[in-house]
Amino acid sequence: MDKFTKVTGVAAPLMRQNVDTDLIIRIERLVENVTRDGLGPYCFEQIRFKPDGSENPDCVFNQEPYRNSPIILSRENFGCGSSREGAVWALKGMGIKAVIAPYFGDIFNNNCFQNGILPVPLPIEDVEQLADEMKASPGNARVTVDLENCVVISPTGRTIPFKVDARRQHALLNGLDDISQTKTAQAEIEAWQKADQQARPWVWL
Amino acid sequence: MGKALFDKIWDGHVIKELGNGFVLLHIDRLLLHDMSGGKSLKEAIELGHVPAQPRLIYGTPDHTMSSKPGRTEKTFPPGEPLILSMRETTSKYGIKLFDLGQDGQGIVHVMGPEQGLTLPGTTLVCGDSHTSTHGGMGALAFGIGASELVHVIATQTMVQRKPKLFRASFEGKLEPGVTAKDMILHLIGEVGTAAGTGFAVEYAGSAVRALPIEARLTLCNLTIEMGARTGMVAPDDTTYEYLHGRDYAPKGALWDRAVAHWRTLPTDPDAEFDREHTIDMKKVAPQITWGTSPEHVIAVDKAIPDPSAAGEKRGAWEAALQYQGLEPGKPIEGTKVDWVFIGSCTNSRISDLRAAAEIARGRHKADHVTAWVVPGSVRIKQQAEAEGLDKVFLDAGFEWREPGCSMCIASNGERVPPGQRSVSTSNRNFVGRQGPGARTHLASPAMAAAAAIKGAIADVRKL
Repeated sequence: MDKFTKVTGVAAPLMRQNVDTDLIIRIERLVENVTRDGLGPYCFEQIRFKPDGSENPDCVFNQEPYRNSPIILSRENFGCGSSREGAVWALKGMGIKAVIAPYFGDIFNNNCFQNGILPVPLPIEDVEQLADEMKASPGNARVTVDLENCVVISPTGRTIPFKVDARRQHALLNGLDDISQTKTAQAEIEAWQKADQQARPWVWL
Repeated sequence: MGKALFDKIWDGHVIKELGNGFVLLHIDRLLLHDMSGGKSLKEAIELGHVPAQPRLIYGTPDHTMSSKPGRTEKTFPPGEPLILSMRETTSKYGIKLFDLGQDGQGIVHVMGPEQGLTLPGTTLVCGDSHTSTHGGMGALAFGIGASELVHVIATQTMVQRKPKLFRASFEGKLEPGVTAKDMILHLIGEVGTAAGTGFAVEYAGSAVRALPIEARLTLCNLTIEMGARTGMVAPDDTTYEYLHGRDYAPKGALWDRAVAHWRTLPTDPDAEFDREHTIDMKKVAPQITWGTSPEHVIAVDKAIPDPSAAGEKRGAWEAALQYQGLEPGKPIEGTKVDWVFIGSCTNSRISDLRAAAEIARGRHKADHVTAWVVPGSVRIKQQAEAEGLDKVFLDAGFEWREPGCSMCIASNGERVPPGQRSVSTSNRNFVGRQGPGARTHLASPAMAAAAAIKGAIADVRKL
């Protein structure tokens, strides 16, 4: 799995609540056999493009300096809705490395950690202030997300701490893959299953 | 202190503590569908894994095929490779597939309970957020992403951290015209779409105890729309009566042993929850959503709300009303409707079809409305046809179609056209969910049938 240690860059304010995974990636794109790596152009297509396929100038991702931002700022419940991991692949394809919002949809949150994208939970006041500092600058403002120290550094140099599960932090910093770790517990899994087949035989078809 | 249903199932499935609050959890059932099944199996194989416990994995295609009468996997060509891939990979590893055109095929969250694969006290996952549905059987069920799915294929386990516990109690009796769909929409309207984030939800109270299984499945289905991955109802005699004799349910002496175990699962009286919310059923009327989030919901006899009263949500409400083409202050009843969709993992079971047919019987849809009925499984379709419900719908001008996800998700070419308004028994009214520009209003099957008849959003109690 991809590592994540630190990212510094422009943070694009997509300041809406309940950005759902249908909005991030339309289901058709996941049917069309587009590869994991090929979804970037379709990320947020409903707000990035007009029905005729031209760019929507009102969308933050089509405005300078936010066009190639590695960080998104958003409101509550980012990534709610469908479990489609394609939403995370699409964000990754668009070059996103971290999303800063008050909280995230549970499944989306898990999917991010499987793909080296960091969801950063910060209170809405902090997210709004980051967005204000981005908008107030003439284009040279940068936000840093530092996973090792669990801090966000604002364009004006304020340091804002955030929380992340220690296990997930370790896995992301080191690019560890859950499956290889789980397989080290193979003997324990087999012992549990053997006992369970005696205790609940009806489960084992 | 006593234990909650959730804790009893969770604790019984912990293989190993991993530290920092994480555990390795055994997964008793993995369900596959065509959007995630073939792809995940192939990915697992490419990474050098084989399915660890193929006998605990079951699949059925539902997302990517047409629901047109007489359909095959070729009717919607973009879906064909996914269905073929699922067929090929499941067959290679001896995974049971309820394939297209076969008995048992259906929407994966309809198929599990119907076959008796979803059992109380089991852990069940699927690459779909509406996996919470299976909690209606007293299972601990939740949706997962593609990478987690590969992990389950390879190990039959998951690395998980225990969520907090939320109990939603519904007390009293269902008022006329009110269904489980209205109960859960009402709850989401009260607590919001993020109330369950980080929680597992148990539905309790006298109204829930009185619900038949299919209604409990509807209730649990929308749990993800309040932010929680898992929703559940404690198993009881209603559950056992539903399960008894189903294809994959235990039989004979094993059945008795299983029931004895299941009876130990309900939440102890002194168990504690991190959050409790109680709803008085007298306050629950038939619901309809007005906006682009399931929390944008009102009783059907109320006015479209005014964003100026929405506080910090004002911007979201204004955007939702603009997308939906609605004006605040007007009654929502009477809003002209173009499409009606009765189906989805929320509301496509036999009791749903009976409720819709009761409204449609002897009436005819409005001329300008296109109304579809998409049964949840082959067996439900057969049952409905045996009861003559297909004829009721056809006589009323509705289309009677083949089982699948269809217009709930628009991953199969079946979409509400841009700018058109749909009343749908599905679970999401997100921007573009039923097709780009489609305007969705969520409601119960009877409310949807009433909208088709009236050609407008209608109060089912008045029909």
